[in-house]
Amino acid sequence: MNIPPAYVLTLSGILFALGVIGVLIRRNAIVIFMSIELMLNSANLALIAFARTFAPAQEALRGHVFVFFVIAVAASEVAVGLALIVAIFRSKESIDVDEVSSLRG
Amino acid sequence: MDWQDFLSVLPFIIVAGWATILLLVDLWIPANRKGITAGLAVLGLIAAIAAVISRFGIEREAFDGMIIVDGFSSFLQLLFLGVGLIAIAQAYDYLRRRDIERGEYYILLLYSLSGMLLMASAGDLIVVFLAVELLSIPLYVLAAFAIPQADSEESALKYFLLGAFASGFLVYGIALVYGSTGTTALSGMVAAIASAETTPVLLFIGSGMILVGLGFKVAAVPFHMWTPDVYQGAPTSVTSFMSVGAKAGGFAALLRIFISALPGAAVMWMPLTMWIAALTMAWGNIAAISQTNIKRMLAYSSIAHAGYIFMALPAAATPEVAPEAVRAALFYLVTYAITNLGAWGVVLAMEKAEGSGLTIEDYSGLGKKRPALALAMALFMLSLTGVPPTVGFMGKFYLFRAVIDANLIWLALVGVVTSLISAYYYLRVIVVMYMRDGEPEVRSEALLNSTIILTAFGTFFFGILPGLLIKMINQVGLLDLLR
Repeated sequence: MNIPPAYVLTLSGILFALGVIGVLIRRNAIVIFMSIELMLNSANLALIAFARTFAPAQEALRGHVFVFFVIAVAASEVAVGLALIVAIFRSKESIDVDEVSSLRG
Repeated sequence: MDWQDFLSVLPFIIVAGWATILLLVDLWIPANRKGITAGLAVLGLIAAIAAVISRFGIEREAFDGMIIVDGFSSFLQLLFLGVGLIAIAQAYDYLRRRDIERGEYYILLLYSLSGMLLMASAGDLIVVFLAVELLSIPLYVLAAFAIPQADSEESALKYFLLGAFASGFLVYGIALVYGSTGTTALSGMVAAIASAETTPVLLFIGSGMILVGLGFKVAAVPFHMWTPDVYQGAPTSVTSFMSVGAKAGGFAALLRIFISALPGAAVMWMPLTMWIAALTMAWGNIAAISQTNIKRMLAYSSIAHAGYIFMALPAAATPEVAPEAVRAALFYLVTYAITNLGAWGVVLAMEKAEGSGLTIEDYSGLGKKRPALALAMALFMLSLTGVPPTVGFMGKFYLFRAVIDANLIWLALVGVVTSLISAYYYLRVIVVMYMRDGEPEVRSEALLNSTIILTAFGTFFFGILPGLLIKMINQVGLLDLLR
């Protein structure tokens, strides 16, 4: 059985949109961060779907390799981001982004 | 792949490898002598500069086209490494003063620099993405360097969340461009677009998303919301580095992707970049007027300058003007780097230990108390406005000329009018320094002073003799990008 790439692309588009909406409407830093991860992973899905349309040409490999890079980078972003969020939670007892907002001008 | 490929990325290997070694060495350096780490970091940068200079004039593709070594990359790498040297000199005393001196600062700075070096020679969208992240992630940590101070925390969180959000757009954009052209290699893209084997809709949305992602990095309107808060909250030495380095890195990618890989799709991105440039110039300058904090004022000023550099993109959409536009953009990047580093240097000298001394009013009486420093600041402000005989004027001159040559008269007019508006808030600093009485408390630190003297000299020197820099850009910075 073969799922047409267009279906996969549509799903990835929906996931990306959900990620963007999540970033824009949620106020908890961790949930915002989860939404960002959703955006990155929807891009991975799109890359894989495109790679499948190009297979078996060499160019399909670029998509596959890129996915691994995105996964690795997302992991390092988690490391830095969660450390930051923990540090802020320690001093503010909250990670609501509206409460971390004193810089104005 | 052979050993020559590794030579092609030698500056990057030196900086990234040296940072990793320093990470270990730093463990044995006592906490009160972190100056040693700074010194060692400088040694690494000097070695990298030597590596860049040693391959001047060489053009080649390495790692199967992933890395491009050409004049464009060498020129920008020299700029980045120079910015790195000044950033370390500016940070050294400032970190001690604010009591946040830790060796990791210099190491993170090196890592971020290595991302910029990679960005300059990226020949593939995968490398562009990696370089953007390598450039940004250490900067998130640097912005948080003064934790647990609230300002630094807030700055880092905002920078991190919005930076990662932008990365999401960048990756999705790259995925769509890949889907449309069937490749991620910049050189392959030109061929794919020329042979019309693309899906235009995907290419349009994809390049638009790349524009959004990189627009965040260079702080272009409407993706600039984070800039004032992040620049204000981060330790000033970090702000100085990221306002110049991250922006130049972003523009390196923008120029490379849109001008060298997607010229065939210029019809699609030309109107977008044109409006972004116009909006950025207008909003950056207008919002800067009402600022009372000098860090916020310079943040809006840096948004405005991103708008000026952005003008090079719509101008380069006209193929005949493209070389001139890229030349002008490179010149403007140097201009902006020299002037802005100098202005931030003065801000560093004025900042007091507890973080006050940052309003424009605090500069009252500086003209009497420290005439030389006030003169340097006046020079930087004039250069940012674009008044001759400073380098800022030459930068704007070349840029506007390229825009007019591309027949975008109205865009050049927006640039000129917004420059006039900007005179209001830049000159206000000069007025406050010379015409108000006050007793400013000013630092005099040897390293910081030398960076201010150096940048002030550069601002003046290249303003009078821009030919030297132009010659260098013509010879080196050109324009293998447009092969």
